[in-house]
Formats: sequence, structure tokens, C-alpha cells
Amino acid sequence: MSGAMKMLFILFTMVFTENYVLVQFLGICPFLGVSQRFDSSIGMSGAVIFVMTLASAATWAIYTYVMVPLGLEYLSTIIFILVIAALVQFVEIVLKRYIKPLYKSLGIYLPLITTNCAVLAVTLLNISESYSFLESCVDGFAAGVGFGLALVLFCGVRKSLERAKPPKCFEGLPITLMAAALTSMTFMGFTGIAEKLFG
Amino acid sequence: MNPVLTAVIVLCAIGAVCALLLVFAAKYMSVPVDEKFPAIRGCLPGANCGACGYAGCDGYATALASGEETKTNKCTAGGADVAKALADACGGKYEAVEEKRAFVKCGGDCEHTARRAEWDGAKTCAAAKLLFTGACSCAYGCIGYGDCASVCPEQAINMINGLAYVNAARCTGCGMCASACPNGVISIVGADVPVKVKCSSRDKGAETRKNCTAGCIGCGLCVKSCPSEAITVTDNLAVIDYEKCIGCGACKAVCPSKCIVG
Repeated sequence: MSGAMKMLFILFTMVFTENYVLVQFLGICPFLGVSQRFDSSIGMSGAVIFVMTLASAATWAIYTYVMVPLGLEYLSTIIFILVIAALVQFVEIVLKRYIKPLYKSLGIYLPLITTNCAVLAVTLLNISESYSFLESCVDGFAAGVGFGLALVLFCGVRKSLERAKPPKCFEGLPITLMAAALTSMTFMGFTGIAEKLFG
Repeated sequence: MNPVLTAVIVLCAIGAVCALLLVFAAKYMSVPVDEKFPAIRGCLPGANCGACGYAGCDGYATALASGEETKTNKCTAGGADVAKALADACGGKYEAVEEKRAFVKCGGDCEHTARRAEWDGAKTCAAAKLLFTGACSCAYGCIGYGDCASVCPEQAINMINGLAYVNAARCTGCGMCASACPNGVISIVGADVPVKVKCSSRDKGAETRKNCTAGCIGCGLCVKSCPSEAITVTDNLAVIDYEKCIGCGACKAVCPSKCIVG
């Protein structure tokens, strides 16, 4: 597989077949928390794409140039958590200073990405798949896009849910979780497509 | 070197670098937080009803703290107590809150109106309104499924006989019902206005009479009876100008369909 094809393959699999939220069930907390309004789900997706790409780049560099030479591969989880947490805090400060409207719409959810398992999963996957630097960045970006796609799609589903009248006992979170399960099932339909497309 | 020592040193070093980065970011890129904001926000009830005209209590507190907003009496849900506390927190003068109440501009309950169809769909006004403006004979009036009652944070609206009634003792005038009503039947008026028109129908008089025995037929008797020329008939519906109204109640006495109420 050539370089460009590999990128496309990563992009496609991370967005559709291996979608972090709907197929691998990572990052469910912001998925349920921020999907009520369209503009905030867009903002959250932007932040996640940004943080995932940045985290992939930063952790790849630290892993390759610090951890591998010193033989500290086994510390990847703890070091990555440290780096991601600091990175998100940094992004928050920058957003607060320079992009005020985005900071406002993200509100309490930006610190939530700090300890989001989806971000950690991306960085750990980069290592276990032994991606190159560029591939890692594309992987982070694609995972963010997949997260955003799931969030925006589900935002539309929830808009329809508001107008529906479920049985009393299912109102609120229960019916939302059921809708999430159905949305997730639709993504199961992508299974196997990537191998056929790029194989 | 001892592997444990290496791990500890590297981890500490990475932690220190991250900490330094954050320290510098916080020092050189931080935005000063207005000290007044927490004090002002603490005064507000936190109902996030939007009656002040801002997006929630945070929005109002931000505007007050930054000085964009000078009026401290905009929180109708909190009433006089909150206005006093806000005036103290902002250092401004206390002004009385104009008490507001929701008012249902419709008198067409099941006894006064007929039904022109049976509505078997979802029991919400918004859904009923979508299909030929609901099953009520009058297209302008209260649809009667209680969308307003379900959004009211104070449980101040009761649905009786297919018509919404506002419990004035509970109503804080936040206006959530007014924005929930698909027909715009509910308006927010001052708590002490003397007379109100209890109808929203803009149909011609004969048409209104056919649909509802409690509706304003636009006859204009109130206009003639008013000594201060405060009433006009616009689109077959009496409209009261509260700037001019002196509260004599003459209109209430002459109204043939008794749709001007106190």
C-alpha cells in the first residue's frame, strides 16, 4: 500500500469502520453531554479534532525520542495521560485568550477532554500500530473527525427525540441511550468495507 | 542506570516541563476575571429562565459585571430581594422590580368553543398546531394541551376545561410559557394592569362569533366608551395601550362578549 493510500485507509477506517464513539464506545461522556445543541456539538468536535491531532503529534515525538531510547515503553499510558492533560489545559488557556466564542460554547466540556479515554486511545493506538509521525497525525485527525461525525449525527437524532413522546419510563436518558445504540448499529454496517476498498 | 530511577526521573522531567508550560501560559496569556462576577452571580436565583433578556443567569451576571448592563431590576423571577442584593453587589441604586405576570389571551374553553375535528395525535399544542392549526374551531386561541403548563418552572399554569389558567400567586413572569405557546396566546403583562383583552382572534366579528362565544368581535364599543382613547381595534381585535389607560373599567362594562377582564 502506497503512502497516500495508507493515509486514506487510516482516514476511512477511523471515521467509519473503527469510529471511536459508535464502534469502539470510547468518549461516550461528551458524546451524550454535548450533543444536545448543534453549535456546541460542532465546537466540541473542533476541540476534539484539534486536541487529538496535537496529542498524537506530541506523544509520538515523546515516545520515539525519549521513551524508546531510554527503554521506557511500558510507561506510555501514564506519560501520555500527563502530556494530554497538560496539553488540554494549555489549549483551554489559549482558547480563552484568543477565541472567546468557542471557549464559551465549550464551557465545562473542554476540561472533560483532559481525561477523555478516546484521546488516550488514539495515542496508544498510534504506538501499537507503529505509525510514522505523519500517519499518527492523520490518525489523530481522523479519529477526531469520526468523533465529530458521531456527535453531529447524534445531535440530529436528539433533535427528533425532543419532538417524540416516548413512554414515561423511557423519557430523558434511557431513550437517548437507546437512540445511541441504534445509531451505533448503523455504523456496524461499515464493517469490512475498508478492506474491500483499499485491499 | 537503575531502570526505576530512570523512569522516575523521566516522568518527573516531563511533568516539570508540562508544569512550566502551563505556568507561562497562565502568566502571559490569562484573561483577568472580573472580581464582581462571582458576587453578582451568587445573587441570582439560577433559574436560567431568560426573563432578563440574557442567555441565562450567567449572561446577565456577565453583563452586569462588565458594566454593559446597569439595570439591576431585570430579574423578575427573583423579585425585590434579588434586585436589592444585585444593587448592593454592583454598587448601584435599588429600583423596584416591575412585577410581571403571564396572561392567557383566550377565553375559549370547551363550553365556549366547538371542536371541528378530533385530534388523536401527540397531546402537545406544538404537534396539534402543525396539522391545520389544531382541532379547535378558533385557529387563534388556546389549543389546550398544556405546553405552557409543562414548561412552567413554578407549576403556575393549570389546564381547566381545555384552557390554560395562570395562578397569579405563583407566576413569576419569566415568560417561558409565552415562548412555548405555538399560538402566541400568552403574553407577559405588568402585574397591576387594570384591564386585559382575553382574546387573540383576528377573524372578522361574525366568524369569531361562530367559532367562540367568548371572543372579541371587534365591535368597537370599548373604543367608544374609553375616555382616554387608549383602545384601538386592530385586525378585528381590541388592543389596549397601557400608556394611556387610566384604569376606569368602562370598557369592561360595555364589552358584549365579556372578553375584557380585570
